[in-house]
Amino acid sequence: MAKIRFEMVTAEQVIYSDDVDVVIAPGIDGELAILPNHAPLLTMLQLGELRVRKEGEETSIFVSGGFLEVMQNRVTILADTAERAEEIDIERAEAAKRRAEEMLRVRPADIDMARADAALRRALIRIKVAERRRKRPPPGGA
Amino acid sequence: MATIREIRRRIRSVQNTAKITRAMEMVAASRMRRAQERSIAGRPYAEKMKQVLSDLAAQRQAGDEIYPLVVKRPVDRIGVVHITPDRGLCGGLNANINRRTAGFILEQKVSVTLVAVGRKGRDFMVRYGQDVRAEFTRLGDRPSLEDIIPIARIIIDDYSAGLVDEVYLSYTQFVTTMTQRPVLWRLLPIEPAEMEARLSVEYIYEPSPEAVLAELLPRFVEMEIYHAILESIASEQSARMVAMRAATDNANELIEDLTLTYNKVRQEMITKELLDITGGAGALV
Repeated sequence: MAKIRFEMVTAEQVIYSDDVDVVIAPGIDGELAILPNHAPLLTMLQLGELRVRKEGEETSIFVSGGFLEVMQNRVTILADTAERAEEIDIERAEAAKRRAEEMLRVRPADIDMARADAALRRALIRIKVAERRRKRPPPGGA
Repeated sequence: MATIREIRRRIRSVQNTAKITRAMEMVAASRMRRAQERSIAGRPYAEKMKQVLSDLAAQRQAGDEIYPLVVKRPVDRIGVVHITPDRGLCGGLNANINRRTAGFILEQKVSVTLVAVGRKGRDFMVRYGQDVRAEFTRLGDRPSLEDIIPIARIIIDDYSAGLVDEVYLSYTQFVTTMTQRPVLWRLLPIEPAEMEARLSVEYIYEPSPEAVLAELLPRFVEMEIYHAILESIASEQSARMVAMRAATDNANELIEDLTLTYNKVRQEMITKELLDITGGAGALV
């Protein structure tokens, strides 16, 4: 089966680099799936979960935003921040979620609600990504 | 001639200095390795981003000169981002980069506003009465991209508001462990590298080319500044390592010399005492 080259980098490190079957990314206008031989595309990404499928195995990656380019059967993602499921500190994410929820509930006057809301969404997606891995551990343990 | 006690004290003091410089050398060596790794880890992102930008540039059409960050305009005022370490004890590195930026400022016919990153550069520029627009110190050895965003913000805002018409980046480039070179080049307006015009395919843009470019260009500026700071850190650590190694070597040489003098003085003293004793004994007989 045809593959598509997938590379995901942040300013600090390379997150993922491999040939894959499909990339499902949180595009700014909604989720989009990219299969081999996709037309050239340049899109912004929004906060969300990015999924990569390779030989039936799915990897889930947290991404906070960035750009996605498709060109000559290559997908390149320039991410603002990205974390693979195993890198996510789930306790920290849970704490961030509780903090953000508290903010949104109490609504102190000096807090920017949009920021609290963004923080909550970030935490929720991190948790979702991390849990996806927990539920379905990769074959062979780890 | 120094007394034997003075020489002994001197040796001990130099030995202590050598211990300190040796420790500093080793700390700098390990930090240098880390800084280099970080600098290398960021390279794929930089390359990819340049590629995307030049892909975009290759298909720019007339009439899209609306992005302020790529538009050239008459220069009335220049901004310089002056990146230096926070600390000294790294050989001539600080002097070199300060001289490079100062030389550049003096060459200009228009006035220059400075954004200082790092204490050494800030102190130098303030001392000479240079107009410092903003300063960022204590970024540490391992800044994240997030730490850099305020720096990029101020530059982009000033540039967009027309407070400066060009922005230059001045920092120390890491060449090898032994060589670091002060460099200075124009960051804004951005000159999309017209590399080999890759297949001029039509992209599908989401949401629109304008929106993508409007987001991409500021990221590019952030990334370039981040990269310059990483280079500066790697340079600082390797310069310090080399300087401290030289200091340790010099201290050890000094210890050798002093030990030689010490032994000579000691021997002379013994000889003199012996002479005194034999002389005294002869007088008794």
